[in-house]
Amino acid sequence: MQKNRTNWLVTILLLLGSSVILFPLYLTVTIAFKTPQELADSLLALPQSWRFENFTDAIYLTGFFNALTNSAVITVSVVVFTLLTNSMVAYAIARNMHRKFFKFLFYYFVSAMFIPFPIIMLPIVKQTSAWGMDNILGLILLYIVYGLAFNVFLYVGYIKSIPKELEEAAIVDGASTWSVFWKVIFPLLTPMNATVGILTALWAWNDFMLPLVIISDTDMATLPLVQYIFQGQFSTNYNLAFASYLMALAPMILVYIVAQKWIISGVTKGAIKS
Amino acid sequence: MNQRTVVYFLMTIPAWMLFFIFHTYPSLQGIYYSFTDWKGYGDWNFVGLKNYIHVFQDDRALNAYFFTFKFAIISTILVNVISLMIALGLNSKIQFKSTLRAVYFMPNILSILIVGYIFNFIFAHFIPDLAETWGITAFSKNILGDSDFAWIGIVIVAVWQAVAFNTILYLAGLVTIPGDLYEAGEIDGAGPWQKFWSITFPMIAPFFTINMVLAMKNFLMVFDHIMALTGGGPGQATESISLLIYRGGFEGGEFAYQSANAVIYFIVILVISVVQIRLLQRREVEL
Repeated sequence: MQKNRTNWLVTILLLLGSSVILFPLYLTVTIAFKTPQELADSLLALPQSWRFENFTDAIYLTGFFNALTNSAVITVSVVVFTLLTNSMVAYAIARNMHRKFFKFLFYYFVSAMFIPFPIIMLPIVKQTSAWGMDNILGLILLYIVYGLAFNVFLYVGYIKSIPKELEEAAIVDGASTWSVFWKVIFPLLTPMNATVGILTALWAWNDFMLPLVIISDTDMATLPLVQYIFQGQFSTNYNLAFASYLMALAPMILVYIVAQKWIISGVTKGAIKS
Repeated sequence: MNQRTVVYFLMTIPAWMLFFIFHTYPSLQGIYYSFTDWKGYGDWNFVGLKNYIHVFQDDRALNAYFFTFKFAIISTILVNVISLMIALGLNSKIQFKSTLRAVYFMPNILSILIVGYIFNFIFAHFIPDLAETWGITAFSKNILGDSDFAWIGIVIVAVWQAVAFNTILYLAGLVTIPGDLYEAGEIDGAGPWQKFWSITFPMIAPFFTINMVLAMKNFLMVFDHIMALTGGGPGQATESISLLIYRGGFEGGEFAYQSANAVIYFIVILVISVVQIRLLQRREVEL
């Protein structure tokens, strides 16, 4: 009987601990709605009147909707193309591991995981600007290509656990390798697609370093990059800055509130494999 | 070659080429330039190992390595201790289990740069203001502006953000431990402390390895936190290796020199990861 009783001490400690996470977010929301005067009077209090001008000003100053569109376009394209291409590459590798070329390819991609980005950073910036790729399109391509190292590793492990008999049946029915992949394997990859999709989306949405070095035109800046670019203008007005931060964080928080179960399990699966 | 093999090659070769062009080739270029004196523009000559030798004599670089290591080691330890405690709590019989889980994982989905800006305000205004109101003079200064303490601010933000991810991993490990192990332990008269050290901890050893290696690797690459909190300052007190390579390479005309630094950095990360995996896995086997 004792086993099923709620451990209230631990519950209370965890509730208290969660305030460490929620408090900075509370500050962000309240400051975003305050006037500078209210902020000076009391840091902690709720705003007396919810001031929406901070948001309209921040939208105007940072070109919020432009940055939101850029981030959304980049994230969606990267996720879609990553799922379609990286899974296919991994499938070809996983089913041909007995061949030298494919085995080499697997270790080639996986070993690239250990190369820190700064080693590529300087040359890739020269290269992308010389080829006219210092824009959103270039960024999308780089995310898809750089994701390969980790995603191939995840997919290959998963595909190996899919029995070959399923494919053989389709082959006997006369299906080509392409249609075997798209009609038989790709649907079976759904759990791993979810994991890769979530990890890729988090990465492309939140990444700061790659846009910082690749994007040269302010109009193409992503949400995190915009916060960085306008930091100088924010310095005198925290209310404006926090309205901007809140708007940049909000889309991800909303998605998380709706889909947190899948996000947590997707991220866990990916990380355990590694 | 039969038709199936042709298709398999068609599936991989474009990806292989793109990966070579945008990942392997720039890596090789970086290594190549590290033996030259290229500034990023203009003429250049081969200089052999000169850049490498200079990195080891460069106070700014040594300072960056020292800071990065200090930061990474302390953060790794703190993150693992805290996240293991939270995971144990979340795995016990508690109320609001799924809500608490969702809250504790939330920092992992947020942009580190923006989180850094929010904490920047907390360190620069919130804590000093509060300390002044309460008359605690020790906290009335912005720690990010103090070259002796600024690194603590960065550790706090890094730990705040990274605990989320490690907690979920430990939790994934904890649920795999069969309950009868604890029942057997109870029959043998084991207390909570003993149960932790002789059952829980050994059973999640592989998760401990993953968490230590991943946390250390990520913290050695620290960049976003510092851009948002201190910009490497005051002076160069919190300049990490990534930040130094970025600054020196793009702003300081040290393209070749920082390429050499990046190669050293790569070797350091590789060696540490391999040594960590070896040591921690040996421990797993023994237990």
